[in-house]
Amino acid sequence: MAEWNPFQGIEALRREIDKAFEDYNSGESPSYRAAFLPGRGPRRYPLINLLEDKDNLRIEALTPGVDPQSLNVTVVQNRLTVSGEKSRVSNDVRPEAFHRSERASGKFVRSLDLPLEVDAAAIEAEYKNGLLIVTLPKAEKAKPKQIQVKVA
Amino acid sequence: MAERTIPASIGKRVPTSREETRSQEQYVTPPVDIYETAEGLMVKADLPGVAKEGLDVRVENNLLTIRGKAAHAAPGDPLYREYSLLNFFRQFELNERVDQHKISAELKHGVLTLTLPKAEEAKPRQIEVRSD
Repeated sequence: MAEWNPFQGIEALRREIDKAFEDYNSGESPSYRAAFLPGRGPRRYPLINLLEDKDNLRIEALTPGVDPQSLNVTVVQNRLTVSGEKSRVSNDVRPEAFHRSERASGKFVRSLDLPLEVDAAAIEAEYKNGLLIVTLPKAEKAKPKQIQVKVA
Repeated sequence: MAERTIPASIGKRVPTSREETRSQEQYVTPPVDIYETAEGLMVKADLPGVAKEGLDVRVENNLLTIRGKAAHAAPGDPLYREYSLLNFFRQFELNERVDQHKISAELKHGVLTLTLPKAEEAKPRQIEVRSD
């Protein structure tokens, strides 16, 4: 059973509100949003997609321009945490040299509860084309078992 | 730098009754930073999910076009989705002070960096003063 966490309620509420607004905007698909602007507004960052196949769970996170050295992926029990830092341009660029400044930057951290048990020792992470892919093999216990039906 | 973000038909799609000959590809505008250095302009664009093969950067009629095909990298059936990767498209109008033959591009960690050097005649020049 999960520990009681007072912030979980708030998180759930925020998710509900996000969802309500998504439905309100449903004339256009949510994918049209410029989803990869970090640090602009109280948006979760990085955005993630969760995928599954027979043996693995996979997380694909939208993290363009993140220094791979700064990326940190940890799993404690069922909670996955991704943190890192997105740097924009080198610090010696003067603010007045900018013609256009749309990409945001900064440190980020995001945790999520995985829907099933994973084998923490065998987790792999890869950073490719600005996407972070974490492959989490399912624990033996969490894999589906075929049960033979005996005919009497 | 003037910019254009077509083709971006983000408005509601009117259902057409007859054949659709246009491609159904959808585009999003990537966020960019543009800043000036002593040598020229630097353009940085976030293009997550775009590989080198799927990226098309070209200059034509003073128009710089960035077009990228983004692809998801993780296989499997989706359980929960917060984003989907669409193709990227953005155009910028260049002026004659950019040396269009010397533009160079680099794609690293999902960020495209373009270096647009200033044309020789646009660089500041010291004018020698002669005296008789």
